[in-house]
Amino acid sequence: MTALAHVPTGQSTASSPPPAARSGRYRFLPYLLLLPGAAWLFLFFALPLLQLAAASLYDPTGSLATGYAMTWAFSNYPEALQAYWPQFSRSFLYAGIALVLALLMGYPLAYAIAQKAGRWKNLLLVCVVAPMFTSFLVRTLAWKTILSDNGWVVGLLRDIHLLGPDGRLLATPVAVILGLTYNFLPFLVLPLYASLERLDYRLLEAASDLYASPVQTFRKVTLPLSMPGLIAGTLLFFIPATGDYINAELLGTPNEYMIGNVIDSAFLVRLDYPQGAALSFLLMAAILAVVFVYLRKAGTDEVL
Amino acid sequence: MRFSRWLADRWVMGVALLVLGYLFLPIAVVAALSFNRPSSRLSYDFNEFTLDNWRNPCATSDMCDAVVRSVQIGFISTVVATVLGTLMAFALARHAFRGRSGINVLIFLPMATPELVMGTSLLALFVAGGVQLGFWTVVIAHVMFCVSFVVVTVKARLSGMDRRLEEAAMDLYASEWQTFRRVTLPLVLPGIVAAALLAFSLSFDDFIITNFNSGTTVTFPMYVWGAAQRGIPPQVNVIGTAMFAVALLLVLATTLRGRRARRAAVAAPVAAGQAGGRS
Amino acid sequence: MTAMGHDAPAGDLRLADLTKRFGAFTAVDDLSLTIPQGSFFALLGASGCGKTTTLRMIAGLEEPTSGQVLLGDRDIARLRPYKRPVNTVFQSYALFPHLDIAENVAFGLRRRGIRKVDDQVQRMLSLVQLDGYGRRRPAQLSGGQQQRVALARALINHPQVLLLDEPLGALDLKLRRQMQIELKRIQTEVGITFVHVTHDQEEAMTMADTVAVMNAGRIEQLGAPADIYEFPATAFVANFLGQSNLLAGEAAGSAGREVPVSAHGGRFSVPAGRARADRGPVYLGVRPEKLHLAGSADQVPSGHQHVDGVVTDASYVGVSTQYLLRTSWGSELSVFVANSGTHGQVPVGTRAVAYWDPRHAFLLRREPGEDDRTTPVLDEPVGASS
Repeated sequence: MTALAHVPTGQSTASSPPPAARSGRYRFLPYLLLLPGAAWLFLFFALPLLQLAAASLYDPTGSLATGYAMTWAFSNYPEALQAYWPQFSRSFLYAGIALVLALLMGYPLAYAIAQKAGRWKNLLLVCVVAPMFTSFLVRTLAWKTILSDNGWVVGLLRDIHLLGPDGRLLATPVAVILGLTYNFLPFLVLPLYASLERLDYRLLEAASDLYASPVQTFRKVTLPLSMPGLIAGTLLFFIPATGDYINAELLGTPNEYMIGNVIDSAFLVRLDYPQGAALSFLLMAAILAVVFVYLRKAGTDEVL
Repeated sequence: MRFSRWLADRWVMGVALLVLGYLFLPIAVVAALSFNRPSSRLSYDFNEFTLDNWRNPCATSDMCDAVVRSVQIGFISTVVATVLGTLMAFALARHAFRGRSGINVLIFLPMATPELVMGTSLLALFVAGGVQLGFWTVVIAHVMFCVSFVVVTVKARLSGMDRRLEEAAMDLYASEWQTFRRVTLPLVLPGIVAAALLAFSLSFDDFIITNFNSGTTVTFPMYVWGAAQRGIPPQVNVIGTAMFAVALLLVLATTLRGRRARRAAVAAPVAAGQAGGRS
Repeated sequence: MTAMGHDAPAGDLRLADLTKRFGAFTAVDDLSLTIPQGSFFALLGASGCGKTTTLRMIAGLEEPTSGQVLLGDRDIARLRPYKRPVNTVFQSYALFPHLDIAENVAFGLRRRGIRKVDDQVQRMLSLVQLDGYGRRRPAQLSGGQQQRVALARALINHPQVLLLDEPLGALDLKLRRQMQIELKRIQTEVGITFVHVTHDQEEAMTMADTVAVMNAGRIEQLGAPADIYEFPATAFVANFLGQSNLLAGEAAGSAGREVPVSAHGGRFSVPAGRARADRGPVYLGVRPEKLHLAGSADQVPSGHQHVDGVVTDASYVGVSTQYLLRTSWGSELSVFVANSGTHGQVPVGTRAVAYWDPRHAFLLRREPGEDDRTTPVLDEPVGASS
């Protein structure tokens, strides 16, 4: 029997160099890797936001030609909100209705692809993304054709008396909401699919084995487990939908204008930068409020 | 009883197919309109079948200029954003450093900010700084909103990668650089390519941010927007359909290749039992 | 074969005062041991005991907090992994999925700038019986085949030391047994020092010349498998390597060639040469297969010692029947009786005595206050390692 190899020598402080000797070479590497991208984001994302914040407090009586004076005009905010409250609330209303519609369509779609499609899974997934291969504007204009007054959709709805003989879809809130739902649906479906795909089918079997009806299985197992995807998808849908103004512009009338249309014209037509900036910030603040409620549930990494 | 069971199993798929139909309806219309001879400039209804639009896609030369410009902007933005984003993804996935959560927020926020706000704020900065709006301001803006998507895509691929592969390479006499060149890069490449394709499609299709920062430069979406007021030339639908077809073919080809490789992988052990191989 | 001196006389692998801390946690605690050149050495321990960390320090994938890794006379502890004549077979293999089998095997040669690799690759593939698999991808091979590719990929470099990190953990039982024999054959053939990390005691005992049992970053015992099994050094080893009945007792110093022990009111003795401690609180240990059953005390052969009890459980496992005997003080002893056909089965509920030859018993040091340890240690799940 050989002697025990382990000979305890107490807390010997061996005379070896500290491990930093090698890692020192790499200590600055992450910062080097991050520097160009972070600088770009800082210069062209964060800094502009600060500039926008400043612009929102400029003297509203100035103009692009004469230059703006910084007067800390906080009154720009209540004034802008008062002037455009209908468009502001309409943005959230339309985006909210569109979100509900998108969930009703997107959840079954994501679920079917993830759990029921079998070997067609990849093909169906491509089909969800495929419409985005065509330009956003071109697709939206196509809805103009589909919903036009002498198109077959309106004709059909008139025939079954869902629309009056002079009823129309184009240039109504219905068309705008339909367009919003359509354009951002894939953003909702993809993250939802990702978390439903990870869902182990055996969990559903276990639930039904344990006396859960299909409805209960959905509420108690499927829905909670797809929550991360649902939250991410909801955000990816809701944020661009609220800020969108293309659907309102192409499919609606000024009566359907959303806050985006107002901001667009403030910057590009009326050249009223302080007001446009104030409205942009109000929009961002309102959306961030919604986002943070979600992030507290999900944590940034899961949404990322 | 049997019918309700059948229905319970199938209804989800039925709804899914209806929703897919909804998603494809406008594409079908775009494709149909690309073969249309419109009755008037402002008409969006199908009038008469023709191949003229396809034979002569550049009949309105403004449009083709815009397409070319979009491709140029998309290409430059994609290259820059992919490089910057990939470097950041490596830092985040592979290194411990102080300030990680700050960087995470800086990457996450652009994806959570409405395009409208990014567009107006960048415009406010350019105007305040007296920068002439044009081609390069559009590129700057596109790189900015593409970077985050590149980071997320490449980082996902990197963190899904087995660290032991790199350790194995180092154990087998590959230096840090050789390990990166021979193992890490080839394994992350699909993620980088996916990120680049995503960046290109985001850039090519962007309207809102471009609209605020392009000055007089006209990209394809800008052209469509302007034309929508005056009446859309049918060639726009040709471009739309062609883009769709090319992208779809590309994706289907890669999917099919992936599937064939997987089938070969399944079949191989069986073949191995009969023939000793073919080397 | 190359400038890196892969065929140079290797010398023994020595770890000297090797320590690794992760923050406040000490994974490997002042470890010193010598692994003779050409031996098959196994590091055995439960997950988290520091065995994998030790291996990674030898490979260069982890830098020691302090201490040395000596190969011959050279300290390699602070060399980068690619500068060491040491190769690793990774747990779950870590084959490069984007390269075919031949390129996987050739990887190390190519990195060292060797251009003509085909012959060597062919020879290596036949050594591991994978002729003709060169153009396949790793994903197209079974687990056992992948394992052999990982082995070939490491061996082709003629390392001075080959490290194996739970190399068989992902294989099913039958394949594992087969690969154990295979590995042993290859080791004998190439004559390289193998350092094998495993949590499977049977695997360690079948394959290794020398086994080191690790616990909490330290080596509890080191020696030939039979020596460790027959005469464990600590209670941990006694129950990690196989199973032991450990009875809490008191010893009062050796009397001649015997150490008398009193335990639970009984008086026993153990040869002085089999006592790790001979004074104060001790464990009296007997392996279950060294215990025999008899109907009553007068059937116990002379020179044997015994305890009384009641049979509470009998599990028939084919080669043997495993009984539990509840003693008068409430502990349950394991008794394995070989099914050699000379004894009938003992029914549950029968009063019986368990007896043993004192030369098969051993004495271990016991912390005061610790009670009997006779319940079997549960096997760890396969693949869970530190």
